[in-house]
Amino acid sequence: MSALMQLRAAGVRFGAVRALDGVDLRISGGERLALVGANGSGKSTLLRLLHGLLRPSAGTLLRDGAARQAMVFQRPYMLRTSALNNVALALWLRDARWSAAREQALAALARVGLAEVALRSARALSGGQQQRLALARAWSLQPDVLLLDEPTSSLDPHGKREVEDLVAAFAAGGTTLVFASHNLGQVKRLASRVVYLEQGRVRADLPVQEFFDRRRLAEVSVEAELFVKGEM
Amino acid sequence: MNTFSESLGTALALIAGLDPALAAIVARSLAVSGIACVLACAIGMPLGAWLGVARFPARGALLTVLNTMLALPSVVVGLVVYLLLSRSGPFGFLGWLFSFQAMVLAQTVLVAPVVAALARQSVEDAAVAGGEQLASLGAGTWLRSVLLAWDERYALLTIAIAAFGRAVSEVGAVMIVGGNIDGFTRVMTTAIALETSKGDLPLALALGIVLLGTVLALNALIAALRRWRMLRDDRVLALAGAPA
Repeated sequence: MSALMQLRAAGVRFGAVRALDGVDLRISGGERLALVGANGSGKSTLLRLLHGLLRPSAGTLLRDGAARQAMVFQRPYMLRTSALNNVALALWLRDARWSAAREQALAALARVGLAEVALRSARALSGGQQQRLALARAWSLQPDVLLLDEPTSSLDPHGKREVEDLVAAFAAGGTTLVFASHNLGQVKRLASRVVYLEQGRVRADLPVQEFFDRRRLAEVSVEAELFVKGEM
Repeated sequence: MNTFSESLGTALALIAGLDPALAAIVARSLAVSGIACVLACAIGMPLGAWLGVARFPARGALLTVLNTMLALPSVVVGLVVYLLLSRSGPFGFLGWLFSFQAMVLAQTVLVAPVVAALARQSVEDAAVAGGEQLASLGAGTWLRSVLLAWDERYALLTIAIAAFGRAVSEVGAVMIVGGNIDGFTRVMTTAIALETSKGDLPLALALGIVLLGTVLALNALIAALRRWRMLRDDRVLALAGAPA
């Protein structure tokens, strides 16, 4: 299977801090890759690197130029305008005409169940609705790769479930997922492959069934096994 | 005390009777500062918004200079603009010295850094929250500046009002480049200084009251705007189901 994205010995430094160090990663189309690890392990940095928001300070990043990407952040930022305009703006930024962008935006809002609040101020929506709005904004761009940085961490259980269901539906439609999460239950439900990061390095990279097989995980990385044990 | 109460009475009569000399000075003052404020916002807001988002090697030094210019003395601005516009200066050919345009220019130079510095801070704070997400959607530096400035439009409006307040209440720059010529370049602040030195306290006091009233009205407007924003934000949070 051809790689959509590939990192070779990639590193990212912020001054003296090595946020990522010697990361080798190959992501193929249709994968559902979960990034796990403690706070500060480099998950968010890796997502930003894959999305092109950061440049590697060492190594290389290769991306399929034809593959469209979108990213959803932990706390989505919405402009002081309607939910509809927030989605339409994303399309307009990708060269869509404004009238066409608004039509597509409405379809995207309907897809995530927000059509009835399309004209409401985006900032008046609940946390869960704002995250669904962020998903609509990303989904409207018809991405081949969807990157998500802890998209449900600030949501209540109901909001978590709604967002998770939408993400699962996007993945079922063929979108490649790369997501960071602290929720190992969510990782089990959504991921096909898990990468464990510690201090900016990849310590384990396994199919999801093997990652949650304690004996197999311990063979690959004791740290990862301890992390999973602690989190579970 | 008698002189003060008599002067105050005459001053209030001048205001109430819409004295033509008084009205002309007030109108000229508002026109000079209004135009200067519009020009300063046209220059300062895009510059400030861009500086709030852009990252380049000399940015820190530029921000230090810009922040220093917040405390720019108006007489120094007046002196520099005077030198630029004087017959032997680089812009002497314009023939603007001691004119309405010279006063507008001086106040624009005085206020534009204030607008730029405050707009920069406002947009930079917004960029911390949302700049990266707009970049991820494909917005470049300029577009992010525009979008975040638009998003901070209420804060920028407050900055514009504050800038007008700074312009209309300054005396040094307009005195130097305008010359305080009666019926031509005399504005509220320069007239107050002159009439006080001449001993015409009623007119000085009347102008002082109007100036104070103008600044007071601007502050009230800023406070009302802030209150409106707070109420609006509270309503938004209430709709979002946030705890009180």
